[in-house]
Amino acid sequence: MFLSRSRSGAEAPRGEKGVSRQAAEAPPGQGPRPGTEGPTGGADERAEGREMSAGATSSVGPERDSGGPPGGTQLQGAAPDVPAAGQGAAGRGWSPPAGTGTAPAQVRISLYRQMATMRAFEKRAYDLFLEGLVKGTSHLGLGQEAIAAGFGEAMRPGDYTFATYRGHNHCLARGVPMARIMGELMGRSNGLMAGKGGSMHLTSVEHNMMGSYAIVGAHLTIANGAAWSAKLRGSGQVTVCFFGDGTTNIGAFHEALNFASVYSLPVVFVCENNLWMEYTPIQSVTAVARPAADRAGAYGLPPVVIDGNDADAVYAVASSALEWVRSGAGPLLIEALTYRHGGHSRADPGKYRPEDELSSWLARDPLPRFRARLVESGTDPAMLDAIDLDIDAAVARAVEECRASGPPDTNLVTADVFADGGATWRR
Amino acid sequence: MAEMTYRDAVAAAIAQEMAHDPSVVLIGEDVGAAGGVFKATVGLLEKFGPNRVVDTPISEQAILGAAMGAAMTGLRPVAEVMFSDFFAVCWDIVANEIAKARYMTNGQVSLPLVIRTANGGGVRFGAQHSQSVESWAMSIPGLKVVAPSTPRDVIGLFAAAVRDPDPVIFFEQKSLYPTKGEVEEGELVDELGRASTRRQGTDVTVVALAAMVPRALDAAEALAQEGVSAEVIDLRSLVPLDVTTIAGSVARTGHLVTVEENPRLCGWGAEVASIVAEECLFDLDGPIVRVTTPHAPLPAADALEDAAMPSVARIVEGVRRSLA
Ligand SMILES: Cc1ncc(C[n+]2csc(CCOP(=O)(O)OP(=O)(O)O)c2C)c(N)n1
Ligand SMILES: [Mg+2]
Repeated sequence: MFLSRSRSGAEAPRGEKGVSRQAAEAPPGQGPRPGTEGPTGGADERAEGREMSAGATSSVGPERDSGGPPGGTQLQGAAPDVPAAGQGAAGRGWSPPAGTGTAPAQVRISLYRQMATMRAFEKRAYDLFLEGLVKGTSHLGLGQEAIAAGFGEAMRPGDYTFATYRGHNHCLARGVPMARIMGELMGRSNGLMAGKGGSMHLTSVEHNMMGSYAIVGAHLTIANGAAWSAKLRGSGQVTVCFFGDGTTNIGAFHEALNFASVYSLPVVFVCENNLWMEYTPIQSVTAVARPAADRAGAYGLPPVVIDGNDADAVYAVASSALEWVRSGAGPLLIEALTYRHGGHSRADPGKYRPEDELSSWLARDPLPRFRARLVESGTDPAMLDAIDLDIDAAVARAVEECRASGPPDTNLVTADVFADGGATWRR
Repeated sequence: MAEMTYRDAVAAAIAQEMAHDPSVVLIGEDVGAAGGVFKATVGLLEKFGPNRVVDTPISEQAILGAAMGAAMTGLRPVAEVMFSDFFAVCWDIVANEIAKARYMTNGQVSLPLVIRTANGGGVRFGAQHSQSVESWAMSIPGLKVVAPSTPRDVIGLFAAAVRDPDPVIFFEQKSLYPTKGEVEEGELVDELGRASTRRQGTDVTVVALAAMVPRALDAAEALAQEGVSAEVIDLRSLVPLDVTTIAGSVARTGHLVTVEENPRLCGWGAEVASIVAEECLFDLDGPIVRVTTPHAPLPAADALEDAAMPSVARIVEGVRRSLA
């Protein structure tokens, strides 16, 4: 029975196995996920970088790749029948798959194409910003492509995407044409919303890209609504909702997670933990080490951390998570570690970030890393080069299309405030 | 015809629309098993089951966000915000998300949803459970704003709100819940944006909303004793606003008084007054007078709350000032 509670009163909410500090320092029963390298290379540097920020978690080692449900350590004094984290509620039984790289070859090529497209598109968008052709603001996902691509590849066409202002890549991942997105960034009439939304609000209902939202946290609650509707309609659609690490500290995040869990909604929440909010490191202002995963237990969900810079790993986890959620087993919350190569927005050079932190993450750039792995496993590099050329040409064509299309009709200023197509508020 | 309370009319209205359209769902705190804290949703859970009548956690953002996401994807949700004061904790979802979605997406997203809320004072609940916040909603482009004054209108306007393709904020004035009125049999569906002239008159136009309508009618009765003929217009919705009816009445009476439960500054009457001043100046034979709650939160004690809200005496006095 949908929308009735996912668990009976007899099943007590599971006890969290411990606050993050202990959990992160010595994660009981949580080895690093096999097959994922995990971004440990930059770990020490990151820890140093955060030393000055004397937040509650400053001593926590950033061994965040220790995902997967915990082994079952319980809070001291908890009732003996209280299940361990991840075993007592919606996420019970699910754990991220071990191993990666099992995806069919054509899926991996598609992942490559997706990521390379995102990279080329956003680099061009940045250039156009510097040229003054992309106006206002834009938030690039350069460096974070593997997450959007991995999930995009695993989703079915009918599934819903909800993204943030950093949503170009999630939009591309659903197959929205580049020219429509670039046109929106440039404020042209060919834009996805004819310039009425801008970079931060990319939406293409036709592609089930249900919006990019710029008020931190709000869209998690809205994603629940789409999931609720899918459940009520029995459509089998899954909603995937992307957001940042900073979002885990706003109330809407917590309301949404509880709500999704209580009603066992078919939604996957994906926290793209790029370690930074705008200009503040997430650890300095967060009570737990893993901003999403360490909160999961509070909502009856298993704590999951994955390497968000590993397209194979993301795809494998996304496929498994989507299948699980689609089966009606309730929501999941996945924290994907990643890093933005550039600043928060506009022309922000991101200079507030420690050099070594940046360099260690650049060394784990998801795109060359994936390409190297593809070649290693037998893909002809010439084929990948051809894809790259293809993408460059497509980006160039898209930009030309945008340049050729004029500014939007100013009649649009008062169009579509209401369903009658206009802004009429009186009679 | 049957006599019904305003509170029962709410449940009847929701039941009518849920029966009419299977995509209509009701969501909110205590709306199901408890039948609502104002007992305005009694019987709906039993009638329509837990899939369509959903009791929620105390999570106003999650409730309205869920309503929005569901409306985007094929449902027609009716969400309850228990007290309109609580809009302050979820106003982002109302003002930034719901109100702007159609516009920002260039018409791609449609949000056929209704947010019901218990609004206003008169029940001694104090400043955090008594505000009249209809003017908050009125100032947000993209929202329709409805506030019925009678049980009959609760049903007709609610049906119109549910069937409307735009998001509608439906203010149930909580002091009106126990009031009774005649309701005709059968399905009732009104049109939004039509004011109702509750009493005809020739000397002054008194425009009121929700709980201020019966009060304005009492004032009109008192004024009749002194030979003043007041016309009383019940706005019924603020967006769309029925300027035609207001302007037509002012053209005949030459005088305008608004009666607003909201605090003075930027209350809906200010918008009505500015429209009339701009478009009907030469019809006016006296100053426009606004009778409002003062620019103060609502106090709890009955003596204080009664003194704060527009009373029959203050409306009568306002009319006299307009006519002087
Ligand atoms: C409610 C709210 N508060 C503040 C902001 C300003 N703001 C925009 S992005 C951002 C940082 C968000 O960080 P995170 O969630 O980690 O996402 P990221 O930008 O790193 O992808 C902030 C504070 C906002 N848009 N909304
Ligand atoms: Mg971040």
